[in-house]
Amino acid sequence: MNTPNNPAPSYTGVAKSLHWLMALLLLGLLALGFYMSDLPLSPRKLQLYAWHKWAGITVFLLVLIRLGWRLTHRPPALPALMPPVLRIAAHAGHALLYVLMVAIPLSGWLMSSAKGFQTVWFGVLPIPDLLSKDPALGELLQSVHFSLNLLFIAVLAGHVGAALKHHFIDRDDILVRMLPAIGTETSP
Amino acid sequence: MKIRTALPLIWALATALPLTASAVEYQQIQADKSEITFAYQQMGVNMNGRFRQFSAQLRFDPADPASAQATVDVNLGSIDTGSSEADGEVKGKDWLNIAAFPGARFVSSGIKALGGDRYELTGQLSIKGQSRAISVPLTVVAQGNQAVFEGTFNFKRADFAIGEGVWADFGTVANEIQVRFRMLASGT
Repeated sequence: MNTPNNPAPSYTGVAKSLHWLMALLLLGLLALGFYMSDLPLSPRKLQLYAWHKWAGITVFLLVLIRLGWRLTHRPPALPALMPPVLRIAAHAGHALLYVLMVAIPLSGWLMSSAKGFQTVWFGVLPIPDLLSKDPALGELLQSVHFSLNLLFIAVLAGHVGAALKHHFIDRDDILVRMLPAIGTETSP
Repeated sequence: MKIRTALPLIWALATALPLTASAVEYQQIQADKSEITFAYQQMGVNMNGRFRQFSAQLRFDPADPASAQATVDVNLGSIDTGSSEADGEVKGKDWLNIAAFPGARFVSSGIKALGGDRYELTGQLSIKGQSRAISVPLTVVAQGNQAVFEGTFNFKRADFAIGEGVWADFGTVANEIQVRFRMLASGT
């Protein structure tokens, strides 16, 4: 494995920033999404829905940037001694996270269009409606949006659990190399 | 002599005559070919809806527009905002309070010809126990025995106490409401 003289490369600053910025936004969006959908109709609810949609569009743009970065920058390799089954699981898990990070905002956007509520980003920039109004389709997309989020929570739990297992049980650098550089830099 | 060249002219006059000679007075609104819609902004998003039921008493003679009269009654319970949750909300006490004020009414007080097919209609708009004078730019396009009356006007929901309590603030639902109508009337 990696010796102190040969530390494994860390993720780039851009990859780390995007990872943690999106982690914050996604957790916020999940919490807000579950909270707001149970509220009775009120100005507060309309406001929260608007904010959720603005943040959702932001995440959608960020994930596109992140995918672009990921495709042009090779991430650090997995630990050499990792069993092949776990390697496959790790790659599949990451792929699924990316798919969901694209599919979830997209399903929310389509749901909004089908329900007849256009998204106007930060109240300023109108996002085109990809579907025309269709209440039945709106209901369907709402359950799609909800189900995808349940799946996302499950994969996210696996992602966090795996990172913690690598750090505390396997004692490798998988978690550390995604942490901000400050204090984690290995001395040369 | 020139009867041959004059024939088309005579024919044109003869066919045109009945149209100008018979005073068509438009009275009957064809509800299924007419519509009353409204538009407003919610969290910066353009929203719109319509009323399914309305009736109108009309008297409009293109030869004597000054004598025109119109009374339009709108069944506010027939509102269609595009979502059943919002439909339920706007029928309630804070918004239209249809239990106490089931209808909105417009009664014309005057009409001014602006040239061509354009007119300016003035009258009283009554909603939720409040009455306000409004002025409506109107176009009347006659096609033989039928005429299309089309117009748009704006009012402020606060003037009619539409949206009280938590909804009184314009931060989520704007004060300005735009109403469009298109009425197909047939003559007698």
